[in-house]
Amino acid sequence: MPEETIVHGVEWTVKELFVYPNEFIYWSIQIVMYPYMTGLVAGAFVLSSLYHVFGQKQLKEIAQFSLVFSLALLPVAALPLLLHLQQPTRAMGPLLTPHFTSAIAAFGIVFTAYALIVLSEIWFVYRKYFVEQVYALKDQPGLATAMRRTVYRILTIGAYDIDADAIRVDKKAATVLAAIGIPVACFLHGYAGFIFGSVKANALWMSPLMPVIFIMSAVVSGIALCMLTYIVIREWQAFRSRRKGGVIEASQIKGAETHVIDIATRYLIGFLVAAISLELLDLIFRGYTAMKSWDILRSVMYGKDFMNIFVLQYTLGNLVPFVLLLLPGRTLKRTVLALLLVLFGVFMMRWNVVIGGQAFSLSFSGYMHYEIPIIPHSVETFKEGLFGALTVITVPFVLFWIINKFVPSLQREVTGD
Amino acid sequence: MSCSRRDFLKEAVGGTLASVLPLSAFTFLSTAEAKAAIAESTLRWAFLVDTTKCVGCGLCVKACKNENEIPYDAPVTRTWVERYVVTKDGTTHIDSPMGGRDGYTSMEIDGEEIDPDDIDKAFFVPKLCNQCDNPACVQVCPVGATYQTNDGVVLVDRDWCIGCGYCIMACPYGVRFFHPVHKVADKCNFCYHRISKGMEPACVECCSFGARRLANIKDPDDPVTKIITTERVAVLKDEYGTKPHVFYLGLDANVR
Amino acid sequence: MKWHVLRPLWVAIGLIGAILVARVFLVPDDFGVHGRNFTYGYHRLGNIQEWKDFPVKYQGREACIECHDENVEALNSSTHTAVECENCHGPAIGHPDDVELLAIDTTRDLCLRCHAFLEYPNSDRAELISIVDRRHRRRKECIACHDPHDPTESTR
Repeated sequence: MPEETIVHGVEWTVKELFVYPNEFIYWSIQIVMYPYMTGLVAGAFVLSSLYHVFGQKQLKEIAQFSLVFSLALLPVAALPLLLHLQQPTRAMGPLLTPHFTSAIAAFGIVFTAYALIVLSEIWFVYRKYFVEQVYALKDQPGLATAMRRTVYRILTIGAYDIDADAIRVDKKAATVLAAIGIPVACFLHGYAGFIFGSVKANALWMSPLMPVIFIMSAVVSGIALCMLTYIVIREWQAFRSRRKGGVIEASQIKGAETHVIDIATRYLIGFLVAAISLELLDLIFRGYTAMKSWDILRSVMYGKDFMNIFVLQYTLGNLVPFVLLLLPGRTLKRTVLALLLVLFGVFMMRWNVVIGGQAFSLSFSGYMHYEIPIIPHSVETFKEGLFGALTVITVPFVLFWIINKFVPSLQREVTGD
Repeated sequence: MSCSRRDFLKEAVGGTLASVLPLSAFTFLSTAEAKAAIAESTLRWAFLVDTTKCVGCGLCVKACKNENEIPYDAPVTRTWVERYVVTKDGTTHIDSPMGGRDGYTSMEIDGEEIDPDDIDKAFFVPKLCNQCDNPACVQVCPVGATYQTNDGVVLVDRDWCIGCGYCIMACPYGVRFFHPVHKVADKCNFCYHRISKGMEPACVECCSFGARRLANIKDPDDPVTKIITTERVAVLKDEYGTKPHVFYLGLDANVR
Repeated sequence: MKWHVLRPLWVAIGLIGAILVARVFLVPDDFGVHGRNFTYGYHRLGNIQEWKDFPVKYQGREACIECHDENVEALNSSTHTAVECENCHGPAIGHPDDVELLAIDTTRDLCLRCHAFLEYPNSDRAELISIVDRRHRRRKECIACHDPHDPTESTR
């Protein structure tokens, strides 16, 4: 096929019955990843704020980790958009000439504001550590150490005051930022829901409940990912220290703390119930009011996408983990399985919204099927295919690993009390 | 010296702030002001499609693609012609292969041969951008790359579009697509380069049957405007509140 | 009060300032609200002229008549008078500077666009003089027998 006839979307869209000629699945896997990753960011931050603002002391350990992890996730919320744009070099456009009547225009501003809040909060939480490192690494030999020290010097932004007063102020500032951060995190993700909910042309998306549904499922997925990563890292550390013996400090030998998991699970279930209730309300309302679009929506939801929506999302992704988490005698392995299913369920929810919303034609007389490109044969099929999505999933873990080299979010008792 | 440097910085920052935050960008005209602004203009382009005259030759689609440099073999098009065949069992068969670019020359629809005796009615419906008065596509553009001109046509700035696809999603009529060469959103603009020179749009000029016509609905003496104002015309998908400005004569209830 | 708490704020303000300064250089001067309001009229003004300058391809019959008056007159008095020259001859941009550019479409497919018989009740299509493609001299080009400028006249 000559280059100039390859239209964006034509390679993964299969049309059935009557679909307008220009209709394709324009928003594909990366737009599924976008709200998914944004949701994880928002959720991770909310989890960390439960400790910093609402004083959930039991969550302290996971809260510090969540905060840093939400920083690692942050650039990845923008990455799918960058991969999706047809003109990635113009990605700064929404910051240069924001057209505020567009839900996407707010992204640059909300995202930047949110990033600054997260960074500042981390700075306040770890500033003492940075300063201590600058002093500790002083007069030590080696180029690597010198460079490391320079990084810490930059990270202090010149604030070396770590007397008790200064640290108290730091703590207060972190709490204030966490408090501001919660509404901003909800806004960041709520408006991701608004991007879809406000598209009046799309019968599946248009719903005022969409932003709220997105926030709820975001918190669910964020908490689940933080818990999961926390458990895996803790168990790995425990395993490694058991094997090698004595390499890691004694305080780290024990694995994931049960009480931390317990309380986080409680929050997870609460938000999960809220998310499912809202989604079911939306579904029931559509069926009951049965507007013009209901015929085609029904045929998609109960027919073509039945597997995706009712089996994979609601049953496997919501109901099963719900039961797994509630049944008495919960073990760590069962928790991990439930968390994986929750993450999968939220992913399927994003998939069913984004891809499901394009599964039917605007003409209400035809269908479109999305065939995700597996083996890439061009930049486009890489970006908007399986490997593009896998890249997006991998990046936060790599970033977290790098950030953790400088910000010890996994060490216990780094900031005192 | 330090004092003057401070002053300089102050002025530089102040000036920068003033120049980058044009207040006009954040003011919304009141309804009265907006009405006044529109009333001043004597030009508002509109379009009339007479579905009873269309024979499905597809020459408008061909001309449009040539005129507007849309790759001929790409499956996207700024205008297209749909075929509707309603059979006696109540089914509506619809197709528009390649947007009807090659015309309709066979009775076959979607691989199905339809017996002429089963047909209740059959007709062709040309589609194009509706140049809405409240264009949903413009409202959702995050960067101001698509906009409505004072004469009512919605244009896309190819140098500013970031290619997010939000406008494509927002259009209830499915008229927008990504241009396969320029990689930006693209759509019908009534051949803006032609109508602003006093010419007809390419599709209008190429239509031998008078099924497509351009109107200035601000001009009461415009013969096409007279048809729109005096005859019973309909628009597509009125329920979205977009106030489309492509008017249809003989629009059937089956048309999507 | 420990003023070091404000340091992240200065960094943030610096960043915002950098974006605002970048705007000055990167946003064209004519970008602003030019139409009805901010919702529908926020754009780069120069783009309107860019679209107006887009090259016109189809020149219209008035351009053809300047040289080909005989053909146009013949067409005008025939039943094909409503058919634009460029529907068959192609868009006249660059013609006559480059005569090669105009490739006349003489295929049967072109004629069939209107003259293939579609038995559609209530449609003007069924009223056109038409043929059933597979039953009417399948291998011949239409113009071998019919004069497109005056289709009632046979060229045979």
